[in-house]
Amino acid sequence: MTTEVSAHSYWIGYKTILIKEVTRILRIWPQTLIPPVITMSLYFVIFGSIIGRRVGEMGGIDYMEFIVPGLIMLSVITNSYGNITSSFFGAKFGKHIEELLISPLPPWIILAGYVSGALFRALGVGVLVWLVAGFFSGFFMHNALVTVSILILTAVVFAFGGFINAVYAQKFDDIAIIPTFVLQPMTYLGGVFFSVGLLPGLWEQVAMGNPILYMVNALRYGMLGISDVPLGLAYVMVVGFAFLLGTLSLWLLKRGVGLRA
Amino acid sequence: MDALEVRDLKKVYRNDVVALRGVNLRVEEGDFFALLGPNGAGKSTLIGIVSSLVNATSGEAKVFGISVQKDRSRAMAEIGLVPQEVNFNQFEKPFDIVVNQAGYYGVPRRVARERAERYLKKLSLWDKAFGPSRQLSGGMKRRLMIARAMVHQPNLLILDEPTAGVDIEIRRSMWRFISEINEAGTTVILTTHYLEEAENLCRNVAIIDHGDIIENTSVKTLLGKLQVETFVLDLREPIDTLPEVDGIEIVRRDASTLEASIPKSRSLNRLFRVLEEQGVEVISMRNKANRLEELFMRLVGIDEEAA
Repeated sequence: MTTEVSAHSYWIGYKTILIKEVTRILRIWPQTLIPPVITMSLYFVIFGSIIGRRVGEMGGIDYMEFIVPGLIMLSVITNSYGNITSSFFGAKFGKHIEELLISPLPPWIILAGYVSGALFRALGVGVLVWLVAGFFSGFFMHNALVTVSILILTAVVFAFGGFINAVYAQKFDDIAIIPTFVLQPMTYLGGVFFSVGLLPGLWEQVAMGNPILYMVNALRYGMLGISDVPLGLAYVMVVGFAFLLGTLSLWLLKRGVGLRA
Repeated sequence: MDALEVRDLKKVYRNDVVALRGVNLRVEEGDFFALLGPNGAGKSTLIGIVSSLVNATSGEAKVFGISVQKDRSRAMAEIGLVPQEVNFNQFEKPFDIVVNQAGYYGVPRRVARERAERYLKKLSLWDKAFGPSRQLSGGMKRRLMIARAMVHQPNLLILDEPTAGVDIEIRRSMWRFISEINEAGTTVILTTHYLEEAENLCRNVAIIDHGDIIENTSVKTLLGKLQVETFVLDLREPIDTLPEVDGIEIVRRDASTLEASIPKSRSLNRLFRVLEEQGVEVISMRNKANRLEELFMRLVGIDEEAA
């Protein structure tokens, strides 16, 4: 008699991956949840309180308030990406990814489980940073739907990105290169600390080619009601990236690139 | 129905290493089947393809009639795999490892917990269930992988050298456990380097060498092919002259140890009669090697001296 696989068994499989991921994140909370809170607190103290007082306003908003969306977005991006790279590459390196590869779970469920884990950590850290920000600048929200949707979509985009990085990584150094040399510079240059309109002509155009700029500004619109870019274009960009990277992730997992001999 | 059917399976790795050259194999439902072969013969590649960890270059593997290549999810639901190398997260607890594995196969968490407890108890791991798995001994880690492979109650259990490096007491308890599983109806495929394991446990056997199946028959039939058995005789006193017995080849291992190669058509009584006549007293006797081992070495062309 053969064993049945069904939508219900896939649902249990998805929940299992998610529970495992959440348990891992909570088990190593001093590595996953606390460092971003400390880093962001320092940003608020240094850039917000000390330097921010001299800057005054940006885009008609108090500088401390201005940097809050960018710093939340910075945390969400780095934690979403970092969670999936370390977890998936760790499973690949320790060979326990084989537990999933030999299971009946289809690639899209495995991917959904890992992306949901990354989402949990990214949004969890995002909420913690928002609470820290609230301590320094108070709580504000212009459009909750835009705020939440753009945070989720951005976390998903970078979870897919991290997954692709983990698939191709051969050693732990390989999962540190992109965050250090690509993501962080792009995020800093993505309008976290400044309005893109302040840049001289050519640099403003260069900055407009940075997708993170759109994500930061969409969140800034959601929280403060101001943005350097059209909101619709930001959504098109983030949904487009999510689709492209998600399709590539799924294809890699289905083909078993870097996973099956 | 066949538990496993492999048809013309070929695998060429990216570095042009040909691991399988068109393997055909059938394992009947309920069988206890041994897959033997020297290192690098293609055993792990074959198991890898059946368990979907390795992509076949061509050919097909079916598990209970379900194609691994065409309907992977359904085929995988039938299989429990105990790999050669430890491949669980050593930072997790044994209980969690088993429960999570059950979840990947769609077993509800409450049922998974009950089964995890049952299998961990059966494999004498319950007292270690909630400690760090990295602190388990080698034998315990192997038993944990068996519990993990069994938790979704597969119809086909594949064990890739499950007792390698395990002491004899634990090995025997693992044999008992696996035999019970087989008796309960689960088809078992075993690869092992301990050929007495295959001889004692398995009903049918395939020998794979250089990516080809060179023998596929019952253990009984295979052992029947053994025309000559070699015995080691320990003598009470050293002897100067080698005894001569018609039709039996006797060589001296040392002054008080002989090796006698006896065709199956000859009787052992004749050997002892001649030895007694010549005043040679035998104090003990044993097989030079496990019978299956002798056959195996002959089939795969391993030079005994070199081995």
